[in-house]
Amino acid sequence: MRAETLRLLAGLVVALALVLPLVPLAIWSVAHGWRFPDLLPQAWSGKAWALALSQRGGVLESFGLTLGIALATTALAALVGVPAGRALGLYQFRGKRAVLLLLLAPAILPGIALVLGLHDLFLRLGLVGSAGGVILAHLVPVLPYMTLVMAAVFTGFDTRIEAQARSLGAGPWRTFLTVTLPVILPGLLTGALFAFLVSWSQYLLTLAIGGGRVQTLPLVLYSYAAAGRNDVAGAIALIYLLPGVVILLFTARRITGHSVGLELRP
Amino acid sequence: MTDRTRILLLLGPALLLVGGMVLSALGLALLRSLHLFPQLAPDLSAYVAVLGSPGFLAALALSTWIATVSTALAAGLALAIALLLRRGFPGLKVVSVLVQLNLTVPHVVGAVGILYLVSQSGAFARLAHAAGLIARPSEFPVLTQDPYAIGIILTYVWKEVPFITLILLAKLQTLGDGAEQVARSLGATGWQSFRLVLLPQLLPALAAASALVFAFAFGAYEIPLILGAHAPEALPVRAWRSFTDVDLSARPEAFAISVLVAALGAGLLWLYARLILPNRDRDAG
Repeated sequence: MRAETLRLLAGLVVALALVLPLVPLAIWSVAHGWRFPDLLPQAWSGKAWALALSQRGGVLESFGLTLGIALATTALAALVGVPAGRALGLYQFRGKRAVLLLLLAPAILPGIALVLGLHDLFLRLGLVGSAGGVILAHLVPVLPYMTLVMAAVFTGFDTRIEAQARSLGAGPWRTFLTVTLPVILPGLLTGALFAFLVSWSQYLLTLAIGGGRVQTLPLVLYSYAAAGRNDVAGAIALIYLLPGVVILLFTARRITGHSVGLELRP
Repeated sequence: MTDRTRILLLLGPALLLVGGMVLSALGLALLRSLHLFPQLAPDLSAYVAVLGSPGFLAALALSTWIATVSTALAAGLALAIALLLRRGFPGLKVVSVLVQLNLTVPHVVGAVGILYLVSQSGAFARLAHAAGLIARPSEFPVLTQDPYAIGIILTYVWKEVPFITLILLAKLQTLGDGAEQVARSLGATGWQSFRLVLLPQLLPALAAASALVFAFAFGAYEIPLILGAHAPEALPVRAWRSFTDVDLSARPEAFAISVLVAALGAGLLWLYARLILPNRDRDAG
């Protein structure tokens, strides 16, 4: 009984710690001035939200841009990562370890190790300052997650069902759509979630390749926070959390520790 | 189509895109750090300047401190929480959902949240005032823009504990508790069965996750940007500042820093591969 109470207490502390940093953000977003040492704002206001949700604030536009970049990156990552995952999951071949390491590298190398070189590369390719360039650059940190999840999915894949479909007269495209895709879909969705979230939270890579002209939500959030507009920063922070929360609501059952573990064990 | 052709076709796009971008980025950073554009003879002056500058050494020390302390705290806490969650308790569901929610929170949001929480006029300082512990913000301990990078470390710990916890829980799920029960039935105490049976089985996963956390905490930019002091500054902040300096002669030094960080990253990659990738792949042909 004592141990049970202790576990409950520890669980409460953990739960509290997990939400604690988000609390001041939420309070700031509806505060009308919040001076030290007031525990709560003396007056409340919807001004920060009004600005964040207005055309003039640029936040909604930035939300759309960030969403577009993350969705495009995810789609590209699926297009490239599903075949790569299939090769890694189904076949043993010479050099597989080297290929895995190369595809894994961007997930492990510290961000700053690649960003400057990527900026130089994209400058030479004329891609700095465009959303397209940012999408391409986001593939670097995103693709490892998609590839490794798909590699794990294909490790347990039975290619005989494809062979059966083909022998019954289905073409390669039809076989993929009606036989392969339904089998890999749950894994593909997991990979897509990781891909989306990794792109969604990029900061320095977007700043560098976007050249300051591609203003995604994290960059806008930082400018408001640095300018001392804590209220608007709070509102933007909550808006920025929204897709993650939505994803969580839709997948709360499917995303277990297990699927996260897959990402790290090819 | 032979298997070989098929594998090449399947892997080609990913290797060309990401492999190409990664290798070009590393190569260009190396060339630029050696002044090889536009010159033709390599010139190590950027490395001499970087390695001899007190600012760089202080930044290196600070980033190493941040990454080491964050990783150690996050790994220890995650281990404790994973063992706690595994046994189950009322409210387990709520904690699991919150852990998953935390995973989706971008680091920049965590950093701003921690700033509003622990700065000298933040929520904790207000609570300290209400409790009569301090009279003015300046009496509250400096936890942001501080030389020990406490705010930065808090942010990493807050973000990475759930990450490591989920990896450990996945591992615990696959392990089951059979081996521990055998140890207990053979007379091992609870601590002995943890220390001698469970921990060794968890260690590879824990170490691999820690390598990822270390690399991230060492190389991320936005967290020290928001919570860090002007001096000493974290290595990524210094590198980006040199890179965007109006004085273009600082650029080779920025590239030299990124090459040095990449070398450290290669070491972490090697460690990670040894821990995670099965060795038999090496001989598969």
